[in-house]
Amino acid sequence: MDIEEKILEAIRLAETTIPEDVFKFLENAWKNEENDVSKSQLASILENVRYAKEKKLPICQDTGTQTFFIDAGYDFPFKKELVNSIKRSVEKATNLYYIRPNAVDPFTGKNPGNNIGRFIPYINWYLRDGDDAIIYILPKGGGSENASALGMLKPGEGIKGMKKFVIESIIKAGATPCPPTILGIGIGGGSDLAMNLAKRALLRPLGHRHEEERVAKLEEEILNLANMTEIGTMGWGGKYSVLDVHIEYAYRHPASFPVGLVVQCWADRRAYLKIDSKGNVEVKQ
Amino acid sequence: MIYNLKIPEDFEKLKDLKIGDILYISGLLFTARDEAHQLMLELHEKGEKLPFDPSKMVLYHCGPVVKKSNGKWEILAAGPTTSARMDLFEKEIIEYYGVRFIVGKGGMGDRTAEALKNVKGIYATYTGGAGALAAKSFKEVLNVYFLEELGSPEAIWIIRAENFGPLIVSIDPNGNNWNKISKERMENNKKKIFDLIEEL
Repeated sequence: MDIEEKILEAIRLAETTIPEDVFKFLENAWKNEENDVSKSQLASILENVRYAKEKKLPICQDTGTQTFFIDAGYDFPFKKELVNSIKRSVEKATNLYYIRPNAVDPFTGKNPGNNIGRFIPYINWYLRDGDDAIIYILPKGGGSENASALGMLKPGEGIKGMKKFVIESIIKAGATPCPPTILGIGIGGGSDLAMNLAKRALLRPLGHRHEEERVAKLEEEILNLANMTEIGTMGWGGKYSVLDVHIEYAYRHPASFPVGLVVQCWADRRAYLKIDSKGNVEVKQ
Repeated sequence: MIYNLKIPEDFEKLKDLKIGDILYISGLLFTARDEAHQLMLELHEKGEKLPFDPSKMVLYHCGPVVKKSNGKWEILAAGPTTSARMDLFEKEIIEYYGVRFIVGKGGMGDRTAEALKNVKGIYATYTGGAGALAAKSFKEVLNVYFLEELGSPEAIWIIRAENFGPLIVSIDPNGNNWNKISKERMENNKKKIFDLIEEL
């Protein structure tokens, strides 16, 4: 089985080529932006994306924390091989200069140089019925990750409080997460579930709304509100501060209203792999 | 206004720049992120000299993706990192080392703007995330310092650039700071947005 090679291929694809949906949204922003400076920044972004793809170079030098979300069937037979393959592929990708050594010891600051360390690469499992697996790769940079926020709101503040929390947080972050950004919002659960849902919300392609009408409406509404901030591309103002908003939710404790916010930079790098129960692997984006 | 600047020959021209001016620069840069800033301050405290002269170069907030082939370093991607993290150290770096021209992304705070004003220096931003495009204008790695201690993203890379840009002036030599101006505007917008949320 060639899981290891395929994961390596998927890492390279994610790091060098932006998904089609993201490219379309960026191109649309560039076409319609009226602020000259922001328009020039969007032009650089598009030029960069094209150049990186052509030369197979990392789109951004911050190739992120290697993060793998795995949705696997209870009967998926290759769990152990998959985990081992992910680790080997990450190390190999580092040695081949596909990714920057981005994992350091939090106490000494020492960088082992291979992107391998305690809990890193980060693998997050979600188990469901079936015997196949989908592995999502989301190598997210530090600048946007630093704009993440958790709000343990009062239930009385509710959805209005959630909207204010999101707006407040993105204004505070300003240009630092490389806008126009994509917002992943997780509502409900406990603190950890809210943050997990927020990050998983980013796996959905741009333009795809939540399956529930009430959540889909909320996504549209927050997108409009967020673009009234005039943060603009790289903080230079204009119409496009946020490209899209994705919300996921869980039931909450009666006393808690957790809101997780994970901000993704314009370089919304994603790829995924599908593995069936026979070990056939497909790389997709 | 659009300017093509040679580094360090054109440092005298910095005093005329204004917020929003577009720059393309050719000449020497040194990269420094959090760890390199800290190390530079430690060396200054110990009275030790740096192996290069920061006052003759542009300070670039960047941790590149680098590749060594046939004994030579090549830069594969080298966009800017978030400059706000360097606000902690930048005033001292400017004062101790004579740095007058900083490039990064996301803007910097008033403490840095004040220090730049005192030396008639500037801070400009390059498009965040445009790592491959930036690397295209980085023609040569002249040296690397502290690679062993800090690892490749945090090490100090001395780079020769050709037509690196467009950079946009974000703090000008008179201490005007786009970050501050835009924060004020966003705070005003926030009030309007909050009112709207209450009405909905």
